[in-house]
Amino acid sequence: MTKYEDQGKKDTRSGYGDAMTELGRTNHNVVALCADLVGSLKIQDFIDENPERFFQIGIAEANMMGIAAGLTIGGKIPFASTFANFATGRVYDQIRQSIAYSGKNVKICASHAGVTLGEDGATHQILEDIGMMKMLPGMTVINPCDYNQTKAATLAIADYEGPVYLRFGRPKVANFTPESQTFEIGKALMLNEGSDVTIIATGHLVWEALIAAESLEDQGISAEVINIHTIKPLDEAAVLKSVKKTGCVVTAEEHNYLGGLGESIARTLANQHPTPQEFVATQDTFGESGTPAQLMEKYGLNNKAIEKAVFKVLKRK
Amino acid sequence: MPKLADLQQIVVQTRRDILRMVHKVNSGHPGGSLGCTEFFVALYHEIMELKDGFEMDGIGEDLFFLSNGHISPVFYSVLARNGYFPVEELNTFRLIDSRLQGHPTTHEGLPGVRVASGSLGQGMSVAIGAALAKKLNGDDHLVFSLHGDGELQEGQNWEAIMYASGNKVDNLIATIDRNGQQIDGPTEKVLPLGNVKEKFEVFGWDVLEIADGNNLEAVIAGLKEAKSRTGKGKPVCIVMDTVMGNGVDFMMHTHAWHGKAPNDEQLETALAQNPETLGDY
Repeated sequence: MTKYEDQGKKDTRSGYGDAMTELGRTNHNVVALCADLVGSLKIQDFIDENPERFFQIGIAEANMMGIAAGLTIGGKIPFASTFANFATGRVYDQIRQSIAYSGKNVKICASHAGVTLGEDGATHQILEDIGMMKMLPGMTVINPCDYNQTKAATLAIADYEGPVYLRFGRPKVANFTPESQTFEIGKALMLNEGSDVTIIATGHLVWEALIAAESLEDQGISAEVINIHTIKPLDEAAVLKSVKKTGCVVTAEEHNYLGGLGESIARTLANQHPTPQEFVATQDTFGESGTPAQLMEKYGLNNKAIEKAVFKVLKRK
Repeated sequence: MPKLADLQQIVVQTRRDILRMVHKVNSGHPGGSLGCTEFFVALYHEIMELKDGFEMDGIGEDLFFLSNGHISPVFYSVLARNGYFPVEELNTFRLIDSRLQGHPTTHEGLPGVRVASGSLGQGMSVAIGAALAKKLNGDDHLVFSLHGDGELQEGQNWEAIMYASGNKVDNLIATIDRNGQQIDGPTEKVLPLGNVKEKFEVFGWDVLEIADGNNLEAVIAGLKEAKSRTGKGKPVCIVMDTVMGNGVDFMMHTHAWHGKAPNDEQLETALAQNPETLGDY
């Protein structure tokens, strides 16, 4: 199996912040907006170096989305950032009308997605955001897996014309993708080739999928692992190519099974190549307070849950 | 500069356009459109500095954002008669495959529209964003916006109002169409707005009033005064009193024509009160 090394645990939000620092120096049209969460979004360096290109909106996310839409009129590339809950559900109609329907080049950058923000509990966790954002016509939805990939994704979306939802998280997690990587929007990444089962994961669950694949290999099961960082547009060709080989699939995401990556994969397969599938995702529930590890365990979002799902799907082949 | 009498002729023709557009498809919002006709004609024919043609970024020209998108008929008529698109296209209002959607949108690429509106309360935020972009670009042109008074019930406005003064967005002129009516009745019955001028003032805006928003001369004077107050550290608000349905006697002073089209007979009566000036589309 292809070996991946954790280069040292880092939070994906710092990947966003460090990329913003770089964009501040390299792309003078990039502007940043934040709704009273500068420290959490790690954009202080951008602000220090480009005070005139930073807009502190205050605790007013609806206004932030509208101002971001307006800033594009005049050629700016706004990166509007806050917690994923407040960047989506709270302002769905503002995103829908002023950004998506209006075709504005706004980057909605959402930290603290999923249950792994931990102790703050369900009011601040969100497990529905991928669903809401992928349903918006024209919206690109990206959920990178580690620090390096989040940084690369942030840099990449600045060069892409159109609305983007970029989702990342709070906790320090394994940083295992290459430091210098070209991020191609909409392109699935093959992490490990296998023949018995396809594991398709996004975000924090990608590392868990690799751990699961290693354990499965020890048990004589060859798992193919694919990192889908772009949920929309979905790399259907990569998905189909893999499942045609393996004949079954497990999807894994830190999100509700309703509306998430798993459903996008299921739709592709139902249309083009019906295949047994198991979903590692939350089961239509809110989260709760706890440590990230406790929550991943309780809500069935870790490598053990993936392994269990693989055994289940193998029986359905 | 066009003479007042010439502009008045455009006002009358615009009223005809509005009435004929909503009548043809038996839908749309004539009341608020008629109430704001003088404002739109003044803005586009007299006040704003506009470049030829349409570019989304609008660099080097004044910009306008319509927040209360349901008064699209007046917006479309004025845009067409300013040359943004052929006046004949007004014939397609609200029809299938049209660029003239029920509420304005950029989605079909209609020149002159820079953001979708209709879901209320979002336009001021967008106007602020565009005004901030102008400042970043060193573009000293202005951003105008129009909002319904009932629309101020949407909380996002107050986020935007607070932001604009707190951040000295002084290249913005937001006009409130104070017609006192909304779908379910008078604003003061549905949800009282109280003293709109004072509310903006305590939020830190420079506020002026246009007492008769259906008097073209008064509207032009008010907008010119508002322009003179920009660039002084405060966003500028105009509270403009208008009469919903203005120019058609049976549509005035009532919310009944907010979202209702005239029938054949009513149209005839209404058009007779506004004889053709520039030529119907």
